Amino acid sequence: MKLKLKIWRQPSSEARGRLESYIVEANEHMSFLEMMDVLNEQLIAEKKEPVAFEHDCREGICGTCNMVINGRPHGPQRGTTTCQLHMRHFNDGDVITVEPWRAKAFPVIKDLVVDRSGFDRIIQAGGYISVNTGQAPDGNSIPIEKDTASEAFDAATCIGCGACVAACPNGSAMLFTSAKVAHLGKLPQGKVEHVARVKNMVDQMDEEGFGNCSNTGACEVECPKEISIENIAMLNRSYMASIFGANK
Amino acid sequence: MSLTGLFLISFLFVHLIGNLQLLYDDGGEAFNTYAYFMTHNPLIKGISYGLYFFILLHTIQGVIIAAKNRSAKGYKYSKPSGENAKWASKNMALLGLLILAFLFLHMGDFWLKMKLGQLGMVAVEAYDFKVADLYSRVSIAYQNPIIVGSYLIGLVALYFHLSHGFSSAFQTLGLNHKKYTPLINGLGMLYAIVVPLAFAVIPIFMYFK
Ligand code: HEM
Ligand code: SF4
Ligand code: FES
Repeated sequence: MKLKLKIWRQPSSEARGRLESYIVEANEHMSFLEMMDVLNEQLIAEKKEPVAFEHDCREGICGTCNMVINGRPHGPQRGTTTCQLHMRHFNDGDVITVEPWRAKAFPVIKDLVVDRSGFDRIIQAGGYISVNTGQAPDGNSIPIEKDTASEAFDAATCIGCGACVAACPNGSAMLFTSAKVAHLGKLPQGKVEHVARVKNMVDQMDEEGFGNCSNTGACEVECPKEISIENIAMLNRSYMASIFGANK
Repeated sequence: MSLTGLFLISFLFVHLIGNLQLLYDDGGEAFNTYAYFMTHNPLIKGISYGLYFFILLHTIQGVIIAAKNRSAKGYKYSKPSGENAKWASKNMALLGLLILAFLFLHMGDFWLKMKLGQLGMVAVEAYDFKVADLYSRVSIAYQNPIIVGSYLIGLVALYFHLSHGFSSAFQTLGLNHKKYTPLINGLGMLYAIVVPLAFAVIPIFMYFK
């Protein structure tokens, strides 16, 4: 299949970027990233600068293969990262626009690569539990209700990709932050520090320059792990509790 | 935002019930009595100052947040996708400002004219003195197709604002539940459709009367 790609090229964070057009010959069994590899080999053969994009696991778990494909983070397929998106979802002759995540708090480093270290600092502000490391504890020593375990596990599937921020018209990081808060705060080990964690992570989120949530719901539609905005409601409840001084 | 929004939603409902009295075919007896009561009862007066304050607070907060959010995004995608969120949810500030423009028009036309004593006086049964004839003013205003048209525009904006705002306020307050949230969403849509529609019936009915 022959495709016309319009890709955002930006040599550095200071430089001005623009969309450039390329023609690439792909086949429908390729993943989107493999198609990008073919393009880059082509560019290298022509002695041109290959397109910089992030990738690592290529199996949907690392959260680095971030690109906005035809206006949609990770492309048109729901619940799918770019590396798991296959070219069979496109047609011969399609024009595909590929852009980096867009948010003030995610500045472009080069081409499609953005700086997501704001997420790391949100995690450092409270996305952990304080326990001494050592032997793995006995799996069943703290009984946890099935429903609670499932909700915490669902939240824990967040891979920190940032598609939620990219999809949000406000560049808000609420879905990511709420997923981390719910993942830890629903479980007994994480409950202890829950209120302080919420306050610290939200404060860090604001400091990084992410926008405010206005409940458009775009994040949960584009999230490759289908994290629910129910987690955001939980974050809002907990944040109010942290402001009004409750301990729970 | 959510608290002031919910207050405005409650107010709007009461306001609607009162105004439906305009539809009575009694030459404005019931409506003028109600209007006098609403403008002279100290408790209602207190609430109305609260209302002005909350509208102001809601507007200022809304516009500040919307401006911050716009700058936090910074860029637009060259190929925007409309598929992941409702249009209204992304244009709350625009819709709100449309509603505000409508409110100025609305207050200038009725409330200001009454306050400045520009209305005629009529006798009503409930009081032994004459009260301002707001009913006549309203009837005259609704003969003007431009006024009726601008009311309808205001109400369409209100529909869109509430189609997102009603359920959004619950989510902001952290109230999201597998069983009740679909109910709240349904109720929100019902409110967003029925209330502006009922408001719209008044000028349309009086225009054709
Ligand atoms: C005076 C003009 C108005 C302006 C400028 C305005 C502006 C706004 C803005 C910008 C938002 C979005 C806030 C956000 O994104 O977080 C909003 C939300 C909202 N508005 Fe308004 N609005 C106005 C009038 C009204 C009226 C008359 C009502 C009710 C009848 C109302 C009810 C709501 C509700 C319930 C929300 C949702 C709050 C939330 O999500 O927490 N607004 N308004
Ligand atoms: S919530 Fe979803 S979209 Fe956001 S960072 Fe986590 S996995 Fe990515
Ligand atoms: S490359 Fe790891 S999630 Fe796509």
